[in-house]
Amino acid sequence: MTGTDTLTREHAHELLLDMLRIRHMEEKCAELYQATKIRGFLHLYIGEEAVAVGAMRALTPEDAVVATYREHGHALIRGVPAESILAEMYGKQEGCSRGRGGSMHLFDADTRFYGGNAIVAGGLPLAVGLALADKMQGRKRVTACFFGDGAVAEGEFHESMNLAALWQLPVLFLCENNLYGMGTGIERAESETHLALKAAAYRVPAWDVDGMDVLASEETTRKAAAAVREGGGPHFVEFRTYRFRAHSMFDPELYRDKAEVAAWRERDPIELFRQRLRDAELLTDEEDAGLVASADEEVERAVAFAEAGTWEDPAELERFVYSEPQAPDAGERQVTS
Amino acid sequence: MTVASPKRPAEAPTEVPTTSYREAVREAIRAAMRADERVFLMGEDVGRYGGCYAVSMGLLEEFGEERIRDTPLSESGFVGAGIGAAMGGMRPIVEIMTVNFSLLALDQILNNAATVLHMSGGLFNVPVVIRIATGGGRQLAAQHSHSLEGWYAHIPGIKVAVPATVEDAGGMLAPALADPDPVLIFENALLYNGKGPAPDPAHPVDLVHAAVRRPGDDVSLLTYGGSLHKTLDAAETLAAEGIGAEVVDLRMLRPLDDETILASVTKTHRVVIVDEGWRSGGIAAEVATRIAEGAFFELEAAPERVCSAEVPLPYAKHMEEAALPNAERIAAAARKALGRDG
Repeated sequence: MTGTDTLTREHAHELLLDMLRIRHMEEKCAELYQATKIRGFLHLYIGEEAVAVGAMRALTPEDAVVATYREHGHALIRGVPAESILAEMYGKQEGCSRGRGGSMHLFDADTRFYGGNAIVAGGLPLAVGLALADKMQGRKRVTACFFGDGAVAEGEFHESMNLAALWQLPVLFLCENNLYGMGTGIERAESETHLALKAAAYRVPAWDVDGMDVLASEETTRKAAAAVREGGGPHFVEFRTYRFRAHSMFDPELYRDKAEVAAWRERDPIELFRQRLRDAELLTDEEDAGLVASADEEVERAVAFAEAGTWEDPAELERFVYSEPQAPDAGERQVTS
Repeated sequence: MTVASPKRPAEAPTEVPTTSYREAVREAIRAAMRADERVFLMGEDVGRYGGCYAVSMGLLEEFGEERIRDTPLSESGFVGAGIGAAMGGMRPIVEIMTVNFSLLALDQILNNAATVLHMSGGLFNVPVVIRIATGGGRQLAAQHSHSLEGWYAHIPGIKVAVPATVEDAGGMLAPALADPDPVLIFENALLYNGKGPAPDPAHPVDLVHAAVRRPGDDVSLLTYGGSLHKTLDAAETLAAEGIGAEVVDLRMLRPLDDETILASVTKTHRVVIVDEGWRSGGIAAEVATRIAEGAFFELEAAPERVCSAEVPLPYAKHMEEAALPNAERIAAAARKALGRDG
């Protein structure tokens, strides 16, 4: 476990707050789903917050992020406003993808957030291409690509690892191993369950880290990101984590024992970190309550924004199938130059 | 083989420079890469080998390995990388050796390239060009010979170009690269050796209009790609019989140029659609339906289709020939449309 000796109070509180922001936003999402405000598929990240919160600290605003369909937390911590995330889940045109994408397809140009991709492993080749563009244009940026253990069984994982390693591209492969591809346990899906070994087979330097430990997540990702940024080619981090909730809102969870879930909940990344901060006297009751209140206020503002949002006119249905004439002739719309 | 050229102005000089379809594509790539540093070529054996069909021969020497990029046999990976690079500010030309191999990249083409702009509410466009060799007639059997461009034309979000002439083979690349959205260019491999007038930079082509390659009053023969020269041969045969066949080269399968199609049918009142793809659910069916919707009362006979037989293409030469459209079958369909088959 990564120590708290050099941890500042401010840094500690930021990490805890970010995990709380995801947790509280998603708990609200589950409620809103039951209330039929949010529809379609909804995949909650609850239990895995330490991965996105730790890993995202290693990125700069110029870097790119490619994520999966379980990406609410990644979008939020990357800087996509909670308001536009909630509005997107409502299907409102004020949503970050104008209501065209929904929960699984959050996009944001300002933070170079290239989606929410609902094809398992479908984002990996995109990340390779974004990194290729950076390398060919001489930019020292990192493309961080999140994916789950399920993606490792897909051909696109292997093709992407090979291409990125062959061409020494600045891709940071971040594998969130939550032990299940939907309802199929990793030992029933992978002949080799130690996933970092697969990266090593492509000569990609790889680490595995406790994904329930936010400090370890941050520290390892920082090392890997620095190596990528310095021209060291792709790097791979496997985060050992666990999703506490069902795969989606339709999942009766017949494939795993309640005892297993309960055991993992004992290692809740938020509670673990909270306790460590208290032990290290880096968090008072009052401060803790303040962080919780701050997370709750953000969720309330986001829900109010989504509720007040408007429905796109169906006359606009066929927009954005092709670029509109006024669109600049450029694939890249990020604010940084 | 001579590949038909489009109509040129009467005052054009008589000595139009001639080149091959292959060289026209190569020169278009060369010109694009010289003009724009963001353009690069990526695909299997495009570099040292010079391209499976020798299209990119010599480009590695001029532009180097960074911009003429040999890939592993990894269609989903490198097509997806082309899509990502396009989103990252580059202008990639991705080459897929054979249309059957493109199926390994169909996930990236459909689920990402065609979809991202809409799914992101207009935030991210994908200016990628994907060149794919297509078509049969070379005894390459059932995994290297199909014509799947009609399938791709089913997908909103991409454009599907089917150059049949040397001029279009070279000329369509520049507007495809300038397009902010994904453009798939299908090059029928039988055409690569064909000669014709070279693209003329003073007369750039577009990715919008169909072209009347031979005017006629009695029957419209609508076709594209590798079937154009067969259709022109059929028109020649029909002319000898006193039948004026108008040959329309669709040039684009998405978007289809309804206006030119309907104008021709409105003039001739009879139509044959020639498509190297399979008949059921194919692009010929789509064209026929649009004619029925847009010019039903202009028709004096039911539309005829000449398509490939509904079989995986066989190896044996006589069997493959039996499966593909040819001039004889096209002429016979035209006679039938005219009621002269009795």
